[in-house]
Amino acid sequence: MSIRKILTGVSGLDAASIIKDAQKELKAPARRLFGKRILTLGGLAMLSGCDLTNDKSVNAMLRKMSSFNDDAQALLFDPNKLAPTYPESMITRPFPFNAFYDIDEVPEVDPATYRLQVGGLARGKRVWTLEELRALPQESQITRHICIEGWSAIGKWGGVRFADFLARSGADTTAKYVAFQCADNYSTSIDMPTALHAQTLLTLTYDGQVLPPKYGFPMKLRMPTKLGYKNPKHIVSITVTNQYPGGYWENQGYNWFGGS
Amino acid sequence: MKQQTVQPGWVRVTHWINALAVVVMVTSGWQIYNASPIFSALTFPAGITLGGWLGGALQWHFAAMWLLVANFIAYVVLNTATGRFQRKLWPVSVKSVVADALAALRGKLGHDDLSQYNAVQKFAYLAVIADLVIVILSGLAVWKSVQFPMLRTLMGGYDSARVVHFFAMSFLVAFFVLHVVMVALVPRSLLLMIRGR
Repeated sequence: MSIRKILTGVSGLDAASIIKDAQKELKAPARRLFGKRILTLGGLAMLSGCDLTNDKSVNAMLRKMSSFNDDAQALLFDPNKLAPTYPESMITRPFPFNAFYDIDEVPEVDPATYRLQVGGLARGKRVWTLEELRALPQESQITRHICIEGWSAIGKWGGVRFADFLARSGADTTAKYVAFQCADNYSTSIDMPTALHAQTLLTLTYDGQVLPPKYGFPMKLRMPTKLGYKNPKHIVSITVTNQYPGGYWENQGYNWFGGS
Repeated sequence: MKQQTVQPGWVRVTHWINALAVVVMVTSGWQIYNASPIFSALTFPAGITLGGWLGGALQWHFAAMWLLVANFIAYVVLNTATGRFQRKLWPVSVKSVVADALAALRGKLGHDDLSQYNAVQKFAYLAVIADLVIVILSGLAVWKSVQFPMLRTLMGGYDSARVVHFFAMSFLVAFFVLHVVMVALVPRSLLLMIRGR
């Protein structure tokens, strides 16, 4: 009873009710244990949620599955299937700017000194000026750009069919990959079947005008069969290769094939 | 005295694999949703999402999707082949669902025999099976909108496939919540799904 005295005296709390609560708690050890276990299970689940993402073996498994998904998508990819095209009236205005940096950091490329380099497994023309690219047969498309984030927007791009460009560059089209280096230090790479797809364009214009810097001046590779991050802008060099080249986002964990 | 097995092993195994796959798909899906919310007023708290960032969540989502789909196919094939669908989930009529739902709300729906589903259960299980089909097909339309033109058209285009996928997820989560509440009310059913009897 001394506890009761102390409690009543020191804090003026209702000692009787506190002791009653404590006794009730003690009477139900099983219930208490159950409550604790539920809490711990929840805590454990939360913790493992964090740990799972950082755990090396889990990450290795996820990367393996992502590379399995590259193969699955290569199988699903039909080189003859065209992405849907839309009327001019459906173009998204303004078309969103999107990059791994802000719009005021868009690189400025000088058209006079600009040269597009073709390297790796190619035995044709290896250096292209903008004028030479503009002199090649041009076509245009109004297609849907789908971002890995989920949003989509319809735009109109014009330029050279990439298969045509690769042929003129003497590229070995039996090679596995085509890799891109960009003026903004972005990089990405694609599979050869997609490179040769009829809607894969080396674009020089947007909506009938010279491609503006925010959309990738002097050129963007446009592939309506792939997600946005696979469509490089401000391209300065193209490499045909059999060695897996990776890419800016792909090296951080985005799926490499990135097909749509 | 040997009790009869109510839920055979394959039902219990596919049930728990599905539960795991759904939790991974939904929590990673929420993280992916957050990258570009369909409804600006709705985003999911980071604490209940999986993957840490968009790239990580996509890795989880596209890994667990194989588990979800393969397990779901096994579940449907085994249920059809053994006639369990026919025995357990059929027949179900609007009248019986309404009657059982009213009885449940009045607290007069019995659970003496867990091997027999009431009409509300039958309806809920059939609905969630149909919902899983919609979740999978709309997800496929979002993932491969160019490769599956028919599916894309069926879903009303790429953007609308995302919305379908979102609402199919919402129904799945609503079912999950109700399902867990019911299990809490009739704890024997949890033992049944673990031990089979």
